[in-house]
Amino acid sequence: MTAIEYTKVSQGTVYDPANGIDGQVRDLWIAGGRIVAAPTDPDVRPARVIDASGLVVMPGGIDMHCHIAGPKVNVARKMRPEEKRKGEQISGTSNTHSGTMGSVPSTFATGYKYAALGYTTAFDAAVPPLGARHAHEEFDDTPCLDKGFYVLMGNNHYVMQSLQRNEPQKLKAFIGWLLAATKGFAPKLVNPGGVEVWKSHQAGNVSGLDQSVDHFNVTPRQIIRGIAQAAGELGLPHPVHIHCNNLGMPGNWETTLETMKALEGFGGHITHAQFHSYGGGDGDENTFNSKVIQLADYVNTHPNLTVDVGQVLFGETTSMTGDGPLGYFLSKVYGGKWFSSDTEMESGCGITPIKYKNKSLVHALQWAIGLEWYLLVEDPWRVVMSTDHPNGGSFLAYPQIIRLLMDRTYRRDILQTCHPMVRERSTLWDLDREYSLNEIAIITRAGPARILGLKDKGHLGPGADADITIYTPHENKEIMFEMPRVVIKSGQVIVEQGEIRHTPIGKTLHVDPVYDHEVEPDIQQWFEKYYSIRWRNYPVDISYLHESSVVPPRV
Amino acid sequence: MTSSSIDAYAATASIPGELKVIQDATCTFCGCVCDDIDLTVKDDHIIEAKRACVLGKAWFLNHHNDGRASCHIDGKPASLEEGYDRAARILTSGRYPIVYGLSDSPCEAQRVAVSIVDWIKGTIDTTTSVCHGPSGMAFQGVGEVTCSLGEVANRGDMIIFWGANPAESHPRHFTRYSLMPKGMFLPNGRKDRTCVFIDVRKTKSAKAADIFLQIKPRKDFEALWTLRALAKGIELDPELVHRETGVELSVWQDLMDRMKACKFGVIFFGMGLTMTRGKHANTEALLALTRDMNAFTRFAAKPNRGHGNVSGADNVVSWRTGYPFGVNHSRGYPRFNPGEYTTSDTLANGEADAAMTIACDPMANFSQPAREHLASIPLISLDTKETPTTRAATVAFTVATYGINTGGTVYRMDDVPIPLRPAFQSPHPSDFEVLTAIEERVKKIMGITE
Repeated sequence: MTAIEYTKVSQGTVYDPANGIDGQVRDLWIAGGRIVAAPTDPDVRPARVIDASGLVVMPGGIDMHCHIAGPKVNVARKMRPEEKRKGEQISGTSNTHSGTMGSVPSTFATGYKYAALGYTTAFDAAVPPLGARHAHEEFDDTPCLDKGFYVLMGNNHYVMQSLQRNEPQKLKAFIGWLLAATKGFAPKLVNPGGVEVWKSHQAGNVSGLDQSVDHFNVTPRQIIRGIAQAAGELGLPHPVHIHCNNLGMPGNWETTLETMKALEGFGGHITHAQFHSYGGGDGDENTFNSKVIQLADYVNTHPNLTVDVGQVLFGETTSMTGDGPLGYFLSKVYGGKWFSSDTEMESGCGITPIKYKNKSLVHALQWAIGLEWYLLVEDPWRVVMSTDHPNGGSFLAYPQIIRLLMDRTYRRDILQTCHPMVRERSTLWDLDREYSLNEIAIITRAGPARILGLKDKGHLGPGADADITIYTPHENKEIMFEMPRVVIKSGQVIVEQGEIRHTPIGKTLHVDPVYDHEVEPDIQQWFEKYYSIRWRNYPVDISYLHESSVVPPRV
Repeated sequence: MTSSSIDAYAATASIPGELKVIQDATCTFCGCVCDDIDLTVKDDHIIEAKRACVLGKAWFLNHHNDGRASCHIDGKPASLEEGYDRAARILTSGRYPIVYGLSDSPCEAQRVAVSIVDWIKGTIDTTTSVCHGPSGMAFQGVGEVTCSLGEVANRGDMIIFWGANPAESHPRHFTRYSLMPKGMFLPNGRKDRTCVFIDVRKTKSAKAADIFLQIKPRKDFEALWTLRALAKGIELDPELVHRETGVELSVWQDLMDRMKACKFGVIFFGMGLTMTRGKHANTEALLALTRDMNAFTRFAAKPNRGHGNVSGADNVVSWRTGYPFGVNHSRGYPRFNPGEYTTSDTLANGEADAAMTIACDPMANFSQPAREHLASIPLISLDTKETPTTRAATVAFTVATYGINTGGTVYRMDDVPIPLRPAFQSPHPSDFEVLTAIEERVKKIMGITE
């Protein structure tokens, strides 16, 4: 028998909030790609020691909401050559591929950049089931990360039909079947019902939770409630990820509040909450203001809810969404090129270049509203850092957001460069709260792992995946977080001080729910009537996943 | 667990004399990528291809193993190992190596081809640059409002074909997607749709039209802008419109009225638009018109892509480099410039000094200067059969045919990815295997450890 080969991360200052470790000096032992208990035999020597004394040690970062793979991401790459030539150039080396940046980096560049930032897991937030195979193919070219995706189903015809006919058992089986067929991770609702209306009417959309979706005669409220319940009963690790109706519209906070209420106590995650927290009336930008206090209050008192922020950063980026009518709206606001694509039976898509300006009242308010969310949700375990990459800005802005949260002087300095009305229409100036390193570790790794039901991630206890990021402390937290000293993925050093050392492809994380297979013939009958591809050619074969891991249901 | 999508549905060996049926096989002959073909195989021959069109039947039924060697070097049969070594040496010693083709290979092979180009700092280009490349450029200018083909079947009540001849190029286009299907919102199928053809000549397809508009050759741009003006309600000079487009203003006005009145319009366009005078400007006008129409109703546009996996090539090259075709890596990172890095140009300008062609035949269809230059430089070719290009190649690999002998993934013209279900094994390696073997050697020579 060969001896176990250990790696030891020695004497780092460890932040492992899931295990109650808040800045204590510890050794971490790694074997077989996982964290293990320290060997009891004092004569055991590690094969490799990584000296972390004086350095900060955290679990690898987890981005639970970004757009990094699949049909719409790739369309955005094709559509925006102009920002790549002037952006950072990613040259190939003896162990890395070349690539391009801009707001939507190429696949390899995406993997390398996340890794160099200390992130080791990421979830694409919106994949149409018909494009699932495409997303998996891109994942296989996106190294250094464990990855999964959420499956668009808030405008799926079978979902709406089951609700219309009051067939909850069929709905539940369908969700299980669809997640298994796509090798996806979680149900995603994007403007539930609204995209279907967009497909059949000029500038069509729904305006509120109780508007009926024509042809199906169901409401967004029924879709939200129905899927949340079914997903809860299936025991999905991340039951439902919700992009609310009316994204970006003045006065939409009421829709968001209604969405939270529509869950009726079932677990649900409200994504890019920043874009859904606006006061003001009837599309009138002059009355635009923050309603985070009201919404955060509701979240604070309802433990079934979690949110990620969708922070806006000033600068140019690309908006990409499964929300077709939103894409149309934004393209009219900005007047630039516009991509829209409707996918049969399932979903929509909108893409357009956008720019956030600090002198614009609306944009500066969006920036402030994002920060309010971090600062007004009391329990850091229920608010997650995101930029909705690339919608609010790039994931590369995370170190800047960390500084904004940990340093109120810096935050106020930036606020003073913004449109002056922001201080009247949001509470940001008055918020004194500063995040601790422990709280940063929660909102960037421990929290998302818990919200996603990933037991092996987001912590450093025995049995966890050995995904570890080691930072050099610095007074300026942006500098500290933008270039980790060492990044370890599954026990292997993949980055040292920005240099890529190894490029493992990473695992695909997906679910394999137990569902009622008796419903499959009914799904097949529906499918064969209206889809343009064959039933047998729709499910994604396991061979597309390369390395993969099934995340078990919640017990 | 680890595996590869190229093997999702691998071909099994035929048992002599026995019939084998492959259900829901995918035809890769054209961009329709019909995935409902039932193949009957006997003794390594496809004897029936149920539901395939005339082109698909020819593709499947005429396929046979011709006993050709899998590798030729300088025209003489050689071992694969020698071929791989020689190919790797050619690619790594060029100062301006180019790789071209890819539109009749599965995505898995395309990905390896892009890797090779990355390691040798070469230029990669696909047949997109000579068909819908202008559409790709127009797309970068104005975007695109589009939809999957099932949406056309379920909702498209006004179908316009512009510079396209699907009856001959995509024979099942009408029946599977665009005209005949009884869709969710069009229960009577063809009766619920209005079909318009706009072209410079009356093609076979025009028979399917309710309305046929014959415009003057080389005047697509003017015709499209006439419609854009009418959409906005701008008054036009009838005489000028007729003189420029060859069609009466009242006819254009009638068409515009119908376009505004439909519920879900779709414009399919072909190379009659993209490869005639105006090229990307024509496509830009068409995409902009489609966008304009969304101020009145729902409208979508879609290029009728030709080769079975040309859409896959666009996707693979885009996700790996950020650009869809014509990508140069000589500075170590990808740069895009159609007209400079596109193959007809790198050849005609005499810049390329080594080439690899995959599933394409530039010696048969490129310009004289391009062909002359290609014949003068070391060339590696991968093709399923002997062609003018393979005859000119220093190293010529005969490869198995995708979709018939090998599995993998192809993207339909609407970017829907579909798996292949091969019928029988080939004595030849797949292009994926050949490219992987070449890549291994290239990496060794270049000191790549990835």
